[in-house]
Amino acid sequence: MDLVAAIIFQLVYGIANLALISLGLAIIFGMMRVINLAHGEFLMLGGYTVVVATNAGVNIWIAMLILAPLVVGIIGVIVERLLIRWLYGRMVDTLLATWGLSLLLIGLVTSIFGASTATTISPPLGIIRIGDYSASGYELFLIVVTAILFVALFATLKLTRLGLVARGTMQNPEMSSALGVSTTRTYMITFGLGAGVTGLAGGLLAPVTGVLPSIGATYIAKAFITVISGGSAILAGTASGSVLLGGINGIFAFITGPTIGEVALLVTAIVLLRLMPRGITGRFFRKYL
Amino acid sequence: MNDGNPLNSMRPVIIFALIGVIFMFTGPYVLQLFTIINLTTAIALAVLALSLALVWGFGGILCFGQVAFFGLGAYAYTIGAINFGGSTWAILVSIMVSCAFAALLGYFIFFGRVSDVYLGVITLTVTLIFFSLIRRTSGPEYKIGNAQIGGFNGVTSPPLNLPWDPSAFLYPEQVFYVAMAALIICYLFCGWLVTTHFGRVCVGIRENELRAELLGYDSRLYKLGIFTISAGIAAVGGVLFCNGVGRITPDVFNLYNAALTIIWVIVGGRGTLIGPIAATFGLFYLTSALGGQSFLNNNLVLGAILIFFVLLVPKGVAPTIVGWVASRRKPRRPTRVRRRTSLRDEANKL
Repeated sequence: MDLVAAIIFQLVYGIANLALISLGLAIIFGMMRVINLAHGEFLMLGGYTVVVATNAGVNIWIAMLILAPLVVGIIGVIVERLLIRWLYGRMVDTLLATWGLSLLLIGLVTSIFGASTATTISPPLGIIRIGDYSASGYELFLIVVTAILFVALFATLKLTRLGLVARGTMQNPEMSSALGVSTTRTYMITFGLGAGVTGLAGGLLAPVTGVLPSIGATYIAKAFITVISGGSAILAGTASGSVLLGGINGIFAFITGPTIGEVALLVTAIVLLRLMPRGITGRFFRKYL
Repeated sequence: MNDGNPLNSMRPVIIFALIGVIFMFTGPYVLQLFTIINLTTAIALAVLALSLALVWGFGGILCFGQVAFFGLGAYAYTIGAINFGGSTWAILVSIMVSCAFAALLGYFIFFGRVSDVYLGVITLTVTLIFFSLIRRTSGPEYKIGNAQIGGFNGVTSPPLNLPWDPSAFLYPEQVFYVAMAALIICYLFCGWLVTTHFGRVCVGIRENELRAELLGYDSRLYKLGIFTISAGIAAVGGVLFCNGVGRITPDVFNLYNAALTIIWVIVGGRGTLIGPIAATFGLFYLTSALGGQSFLNNNLVLGAILIFFVLLVPKGVAPTIVGWVASRRKPRRPTRVRRRTSLRDEANKL
């Protein structure tokens, strides 16, 4: 019984982890139908923000929950203004430009902080017990934060004026701009928001994974697969994608080890796309956010 | 392209191939051995660039993971050569493995009618998963036949040998001849392929998939075809690469190399074949030079180059030059009635 609970906890953590690293990407993809290839580097920047801030004496919670999203969000807005907005409507070029940005950021961070790990920070919470088994309290915290993030994003999209404008722009950009919505401003804000959420995720994961200039590459494969399998609905897509892929990854990783888990994830995603080329939310949950 | 005579439309390709042949035979007499060995690696990468130039520039397929087929080819060759005790069959196996994998992946992608953006991201993801998969195969239990996969450290690749004579392996200078010959043959093959009916249909699909389908062509099959062929060419590059370097490590599959391949084609120009090859040699020497100093990071420079070209020179160098030359040449021949040629038409000749 305790073993089952412990395994379920790990499974839920895997799913939450996947959802956390993919959500920022999904926001940008949902709005602009563009995959941000610099997503991994936004995560990396979030991690570096936390490390630099805690080394400077800032409380780790403030660094993770406030500074990381703020800094990366601002970087996101700058990137949108300087780079992305010249390329709207040219999807392939946007992809390539964000890839260039990804390399640029890796190079920049390597030049500033060096190629090896900056100081590592240990997870701030202790161990919780599930019967005879123990689990990391920090993992529980991450699950809770992911859930709160989903609820907050749902509330923003559903209840605020910004959310209404964003949903309108998502469905039909021409019509919204005809109705007086500044779509470029909406895109700028959503890109910043997506980057901010990504920064938060990167900051939160920094104590678990450590930070390296090239750490982005370890996240992006999973994040890409999750978002693509989920489809363009931001919340329903990320949630369904993470539950399906996180579940499969967890089960395979439990049976055979982490490598096969990742391969299983990829194979599932490719077979899924053969059946549903527009992702899960292209076929099911269409009306959802 | 001019009069429908295939030899005419292939004229620029043949000219460039002849320049390549001259270089192939004079190179070893002029250059030092160290340069020759370095060049062999650059030639292998040029074959990779050529394969992406074919599938992206002419097939319109945005494959971000061309290095997956390149690396797979290199691994298949190395493991095959260790097991067979000679390189002859290993080369064939390498090309077949790469093509088979591309055909399988391509089936899911093209028959699922996955869109451009998805395709790029999926192929990139496949590459990254290869990277993490092979990195974890360092234990002695991971072996295929007699070959240890070797995880992070990779495998030492057996050198090429004369066909069906494993004892007569080739020296670095001879490998250079082989590599150069392979590049020229692949270039001629690609140049010929795009003038065939198949190649023209692929270009048609690139320009307008719906229209091509309405004319009765099954775009899925054509895309699968050109995707598979380009994977085979990438595998040839992989075989040359692991011969040039002497070993193959999972690093071929990393994000940096995947980006590099894209950059060669962007810089050289989509829709040309010689452009990406030239860009490969140029950037290979640029990155080697940058490796010697520590002020500017390689990633930084390549990222800046990629952004610069996407924003300011989206057509790439070769089509821009061709367009410029064509616009200069026009006024000098006022009597000849020229067909309206687009930049792309001009570029296609290369």
